[in-house]
Amino acid sequence: MSATTTYKQAVTRAMADELAADPDVFVIGEDVGAAGGAFKTTEGLFERFGPERVLDTPISEQAIVGTAIGAAVQGLRPIAEVMFADFAAVCFDQIANELAKYRYMTAGQVAAPVTIRMASGAGAGFAAQHSQTCENWFLNVPGLKLVVPGTCADAYALLRAAVRDPDPVLYFEHKGLFNLKEELPEEIEPVELGRADVVRRGADVTVVATQAMRHRALEAAESLAGQGVEVELIDPRTVAPFDYEAVFDSVDATNRLLVVQEASPAGSWGATLVAKVMEERFESLDAPPRLLASDPTPVPYAGSLEAAWMPSAERIEEAIHSTVRF
Amino acid sequence: MPSSEEATPTAPSQEAQLDLLRTMVEIRHFEDACHRLFAQGVVRGSTHLGQGQEAVAVGACAALREGDTMTCTYRGHAATLAMGAPLDRSFGEILGKAEGLCGGKGGSMHLTDVGVGAMGSFAIVGAHLPIAAGLAFASRYRGGEQVSVCFFGDGSTNIGAFHEALNLASIWKLPAVFVCENNLYGEYSPIATTTPVASIADRADAYGMAKATVDGNEVLAMLATTAEAVARGRAGEGPTLIEALTYRQKGHSRSDPAAYRPEGELEAWLERDPILVLERALLAAGVQQSEIDAVEAAAEQAVAEALERATSWPEPDPESRLEHVYA
Repeated sequence: MSATTTYKQAVTRAMADELAADPDVFVIGEDVGAAGGAFKTTEGLFERFGPERVLDTPISEQAIVGTAIGAAVQGLRPIAEVMFADFAAVCFDQIANELAKYRYMTAGQVAAPVTIRMASGAGAGFAAQHSQTCENWFLNVPGLKLVVPGTCADAYALLRAAVRDPDPVLYFEHKGLFNLKEELPEEIEPVELGRADVVRRGADVTVVATQAMRHRALEAAESLAGQGVEVELIDPRTVAPFDYEAVFDSVDATNRLLVVQEASPAGSWGATLVAKVMEERFESLDAPPRLLASDPTPVPYAGSLEAAWMPSAERIEEAIHSTVRF
Repeated sequence: MPSSEEATPTAPSQEAQLDLLRTMVEIRHFEDACHRLFAQGVVRGSTHLGQGQEAVAVGACAALREGDTMTCTYRGHAATLAMGAPLDRSFGEILGKAEGLCGGKGGSMHLTDVGVGAMGSFAIVGAHLPIAAGLAFASRYRGGEQVSVCFFGDGSTNIGAFHEALNLASIWKLPAVFVCENNLYGEYSPIATTTPVASIADRADAYGMAKATVDGNEVLAMLATTAEAVARGRAGEGPTLIEALTYRQKGHSRSDPAAYRPEGELEAWLERDPILVLERALLAAGVQQSEIDAVEAAAEQAVAEALERATSWPEPDPESRLEHVYA
C-alpha cells in the first residue's frame, strides 16, 4: 500500500524508522524535542521515543556537533540537527576540523558516524543568512559525505543510509521542497550514498541538477520535449562522493553538458564537475560544458530579487537551447 | 595510568606513589628528548612541551579506571602517556613512523591511543571540550559509570566552545571532569592580560557547576581532587571544573624562548617542580633515596630504550596517506 507523503514527512519517517531499528540512534538539536523541530521535521519523535533519545539542547551549535562526535566515537549513532544550514558556519570548526579529520588523524582508531541534518536553500524570503545552500563550503573537506536529496523517496532512503554510514554525513534538506508530495510505498528501496539518479532519459543534452534545481530542470526538459529537444537529467543526490561515472556515461551519449546549481559558481560542485568533464571527456564534447549558477552575491530578500538570483525554469530552458544549438 | 580498581580519595600506597613518580619522570625524559629531537631538526612541525606540568595529568589520570576516557590538547604528551600509551609508539608518532600511535598521520599535536582511553589530542584551542561532553553523554546514554576527563589550558577558557561545552555538560549533569591546566600563559600572553577573573575555577559558577582549585604541582593533591570529581560524575551528580595551578617551564612552542617571563619567576617555579615535590614527600614519609633513585633510573632507561626502538622503525609507506579518510 502506498501513501501520499511530503518531503518533510519522509525525513521524519526515516528518523523514526532508524530510532526504532537501532537503540544507539538518538536525535539532538535545538527544539527537536517537545517542540517537534523548527521545521516540524522531528514531530512526534519525542512522544514516541522519549527525552532520552530526542534531546533538546541550548542554542549551542558547537556543543551539538561536538557532543555528537564524542557520542559517535563511543559507538552511538547521533542525528544532530543544525536548524538552518547557514548555522554550520557557527560550528565550522567542529565539522571541518574535528568531525571530518578525526578518523584520519588517529589512523582509523576512531569512527565518527555522525549525521548532521540542516535545512538549506532559497526561495522563501529568508534573506542572506537563512537561505544558503551550504554544501559547497564543505566540498574541500575530505572525510565528509554531502547528501542533497531532491525527492521524497530520496529524502527517506538517503537519510537512512546516512545514519547507517560509518562516516560523517552532512544531510541538507531543501526548505523549498518540504511540502513536495509523492506516493511512497510502504517499503522504500534503500539507496547507496554516492549513486546518481537518472531522472529522465534523453539523447540531446545532459543536464545535472540537485534539489530545487532538479525540479526546475525537469520542468524545462518537459517543455523542451515538445520542441524536439530530449534532455537527459541526472541528479547526483550526493555531491561527495560524486558519481562522476554516471555523468561521463551520459555525456558520452549526448555530447553536451549543462550543470544547474543554486549557489554562486566559485569553488562549487558544479564548477568541479565542468572541469572534470573537460579533463576526462573532452573528446566527447560537441559544445562547451556550461554551469548555470546563482549570482555571486548573498541571497537577497525581496521576492523579485530572490527570484532573479535563482536559476528559473525559463533560464534553464534558454541555457539548454544555447548548449544544444552551439 | 588508569587502574583496574576503583581509586579512592584516600592517600595511595607508597608503591602507588612510586608509580606516580616513575610515570612523571618518564614523561619528563620523554619531553626532554622531544626538545632535543626538535632542536636537531629530526622532528617536523611544532611541538608544545609541558615540562613542569606532569603532576596535573599523572595525578588526574591516576583517578581513572578502565573504560574512562581522556581528551587533551596539542600540549598532550603527558596526558596521553599518563593514560598508559606506550613510550615507543608515542615517540614513533612524533618521529613520523609507521608504527607510531597514529601511523604517522597525527604527530606531536594529535597523539591518540584509544585502547587506553586516550581519545585524542586536539590542536584547535577548546575544540575538544564539546567532544569530551559527548564522550560523557555516551556513558550516561548507556547507563554506564564511565567518566570523561578533559584537559585544557587557561587560554581555552576564553574561547566559545568552552562556554558551550560546560553549559551543556552542566545542564545535562554529564559525568565529565574539566581540568584546566593554568600554567599562567596563553601562548605568549600572561593570563592577567587576557582573563578578567583571578580564579578560573570561579567560571564554574556561571554554569552552576562544582569547582575545585588545586596545586597542580602536587600529584597527590591532584589525584585526590580528581578522584572526588570522578566520584561525583559516576554518581550522576554532574561535571566539575578543576583549576590546577601549575607552570610551563618551557616556551609555548619550540620557536618560543619565553623571554616575556619576569625575572625570577621560572626559578621560583623550578623550586616547586612537581617531581621534586613528590620526591620530598616520599623522603618525608620514610622512603629511601636509593629507592627513588632506582625508580628514576629505570624510568630514564625505559625512555632511552623506547626512543632507540622508535628511531629504528621504518617511515610510513607514502601510499598509506590515502587510507583512513573514509571507512
